[in-house]
Amino acid sequence: MAMTNEHDAMTAPASAAVLDGDARDFFALLKPRVMSLVVFTALVGLLMAPGEIHPVIGFIAILAIAVGGGASGALNMWYDADIDLLMGRTAKRPIPAGRISSETTLAFGLFLSVFSVATLGLMVNWLSAGLLAFTIFFYAVVYTMWLKRSTPQNIVIGGAAGAFPPIIGWACVTNSISLESIALFAIVFLWTPAHFWALALFKSEDYGRAGVPMLPNVAGERTTKNQIVLYAVLTAISGVVPTLMGFAGIAYGVIAAVLGAAFIWYSIQVWRMPDGDKKMIPAKKLFGYSLLYLFAIFTALLVDALVAKFFGLVV
Amino acid sequence: MDEVELTEQQKKARRSRSVALGVVLAVLAVMFYVVTIIKVGPGIFDRPM
Repeated sequence: MAMTNEHDAMTAPASAAVLDGDARDFFALLKPRVMSLVVFTALVGLLMAPGEIHPVIGFIAILAIAVGGGASGALNMWYDADIDLLMGRTAKRPIPAGRISSETTLAFGLFLSVFSVATLGLMVNWLSAGLLAFTIFFYAVVYTMWLKRSTPQNIVIGGAAGAFPPIIGWACVTNSISLESIALFAIVFLWTPAHFWALALFKSEDYGRAGVPMLPNVAGERTTKNQIVLYAVLTAISGVVPTLMGFAGIAYGVIAAVLGAAFIWYSIQVWRMPDGDKKMIPAKKLFGYSLLYLFAIFTALLVDALVAKFFGLVV
Repeated sequence: MDEVELTEQQKKARRSRSVALGVVLAVLAVMFYVVTIIKVGPGIFDRPM
């Protein structure tokens, strides 16, 4: 049996006993940038929900949701290590770069999944814990293991996983799912296709090399551009729904309408881009704007909710 | 038994993991304590001896 000269003794083969990854590599397994989106949208759901939650419990709820989201990211990296190696965007991730083993990542992801769900259940409520468990399952199993490699609609359906956090945040306060939280879900759900297909347009060679059936690779650029415009319009409509439903103010509605109109404008620039364009500048701009759009929409919702909650104003 | 000599890089990585784990465990201990007080209430300190 191989052993290290210190306390790593009694662990099986030398290759498995020695890890090169440091704490930053483990943090990278949690997909921190995706996690920041999860944290932010869940926080908005939690603050918009009618009712009270103790600030410390609210903080722990967001932390548990963040860790659960991170756990699903780790499980995704465990399963996708083979194709991550083939794509420039993902080749430096800890597993393909050889800094953390596949087995360690699986154990890390599973442990954090169970721990985050149990923490949310014991400290907040079991509805939100169940929703978090379902989200992790949906992202790791339904999206990563099943849809991603089998259908060009992968990110349309899989996008649901990224859209659940505001529903979970809402459920942490109300212990229920309501039409309002579903409206928040719809914004992220409908935003995801245009966001990812813009990326897939200018990264289609990467996805092609990895054999991932993204829409541009399977149905071609023209179909993808048509679909991008369609989803941009649906996203813009969903953005103003909170005002139409009466749980966000007029000021928010105006901001959402302007942001949505710009989203449609950027998507039309992509639609007008000639097929076979190598630089894909409009697609890169749409991708960048889509990130700004979601952040701005949820920031506006957050401000609207805080103004209403603490000042009793509806603007 | 074979011995595996850790490289300096591996020792550094292990130290980084150990520190992170220590911090996480300390935060968890504080978190569980605070949540217990919130859930049970400050009355937990008033019970008769």
